[in-house]
Amino acid sequence: MAKAVQLENLTKKFGDFTAVDSLSFSVPQGSIFGFLGPNGSGKSTTLRMMLSLIKPTSGHIELFGSSLELERRSIMSKIGVIIEKPDFYTYLSALDNLKLFARAGGLDFTKKDYDALLTKVGLKGREKDKVKTYSHGMKQRLGLAQALIHDPQFIILDEPNTGLDPLGIIELRELMLDLNKKEGKTILFSSHILSEVEAVCDHLVVIDKGKKVVEGVVKDLLSNEDLLVDVEVGNFQNAMSFLEGTEWAADIVEKQEIESSIKFNLSKNRLASLNAFLVQKGVDVMGMEYRKRLEEYFLKITNN
Amino acid sequence: MKEFWAILKNELIKTVKRPRSFIGFGVVIFICFVLQAALYNDGKEMLSLITNQIENSISINGTVLNGNLICYILLQTLIIQMPLLVALVTGDLISGETSSGTIRFLLSRPAGRTKIVLAKWIAGLFYTLLLLILLGVIALYGSRLIFGDGDMLCVNSTGATIIRNADVNWRFMYSFFIAFLSLSVVATLALFLSTIMDNSITPIVSTMAIIIIFTIMGMFDLPSLDVIRPFLFTSHMISWKDMFENPVPVQDIINSCIILFAHIVILLGASIYIFERKDITN
Repeated sequence: MAKAVQLENLTKKFGDFTAVDSLSFSVPQGSIFGFLGPNGSGKSTTLRMMLSLIKPTSGHIELFGSSLELERRSIMSKIGVIIEKPDFYTYLSALDNLKLFARAGGLDFTKKDYDALLTKVGLKGREKDKVKTYSHGMKQRLGLAQALIHDPQFIILDEPNTGLDPLGIIELRELMLDLNKKEGKTILFSSHILSEVEAVCDHLVVIDKGKKVVEGVVKDLLSNEDLLVDVEVGNFQNAMSFLEGTEWAADIVEKQEIESSIKFNLSKNRLASLNAFLVQKGVDVMGMEYRKRLEEYFLKITNN
Repeated sequence: MKEFWAILKNELIKTVKRPRSFIGFGVVIFICFVLQAALYNDGKEMLSLITNQIENSISINGTVLNGNLICYILLQTLIIQMPLLVALVTGDLISGETSSGTIRFLLSRPAGRTKIVLAKWIAGLFYTLLLLILLGVIALYGSRLIFGDGDMLCVNSTGATIIRNADVNWRFMYSFFIAFLSLSVVATLALFLSTIMDNSITPIVSTMAIIIIFTIMGMFDLPSLDVIRPFLFTSHMISWKDMFENPVPVQDIINSCIILFAHIVILLGASIYIFERKDITN
């Protein structure tokens, strides 16, 4: 699979502090790539180095097969970005802001082009309002518009769902999937909402303390992992008495008598056996669900 | 080149549409009108105090308090405030974008950092020029409209100089050019400090602090400062007044212009050098 981004031994030091330490990973072209790490793990520094906002102390960055150091100009015309919070010229209208970005990108936009873009991000009708009157969610949408204005091949979205309402989050998710599936765009998505990352990303890398912890295909990474399985039973005391002393007892991580719920740490292929065991013992299994897979995995691998 | 014009157009739009840009225009208009009104009422009395001292040696006929003299007086008062008004906008050109976060969008576009600094610098000079043009129109043409024109009496430390009415226009034109060069140094200094600092206010305050410190250094007649005094840009910021000497000290003015221009080149070069290497961390 062709690579949209390739980082090799990327290091950034601020004085004695090493923010990013020999980091290497690659973003496959056409993927939605999750970029995860705890606060202060070096995510933002890495993204800024990919955008040449910060100069690496050492290492190499390639985008679309070209060195960022040597081909910055042509590379930047292929990248759309939202880095952290969306900041605009608040004394200008949203449309005037977009015109600035279009001009800076060498685009010759017509009113129709702006209308299409504003409709795409849900800001049509508010484009003449000054940005200082916008809510955070509206600024996020405008941020998305400026990221997409030049039809980039590679889109970096750093915490794009911050401040969005639930509908906005769903719309953003659908937009990301559309951009990826229908238009073939590569997306690097960084977010603390891990359920969103899990829902849209096919590849991911997790970094901690500036170093890579894990990299790979999301499905493969999570398939080998134990799941947090929440089993709701009809009679809690009965169920517990059957489980005690069996192989399942060691997998119990939490018991909640009031809610008649028992949580297990299990691999996916043992789910059916657990269900069969409980049913065989006459325990009513009211529900069985596993969730927060990426969240659990993330906490586990970052020792948090 | 097309890309540079696009960036420059963006910078000009931002400069012109920023609310703080209008503070400068408002201050210039306000001070000019207040001083013109005050001089209209009390100018003759004030002027007689000065002319009485020299009437023993020369005879004065005609209207001394005319538009040309009022413009000369206004220039002397406003030239103190003008650096602050210029620094208010140019000191914020880069640091303002850094503190507001818009620098991230600006630098993640194809245009290089040198082009961005140059575009911002030109936008800063454009604003400086607009301020001076406004000052020129109100101070010179506004004053002529109110007070009429005529020969201009310039009183300075070396005595009084009479400038013929026919000579006034070209002298003012050159003096405005020199004032523009002086204020361009201030604009470039503020831009330079703006590349180093990440908040909006400090470059503006620092620019004014440097001007005050250099002016004080230039005022004290201390031998130890003799070596550096000729190279302080503040020593040459009042060279525009030399245009109203008879004869005009052309060589002194050229020297001042060279030193002012050298300051611009060095400060602009340093701004580009620093900004090219700056990490955008906020």
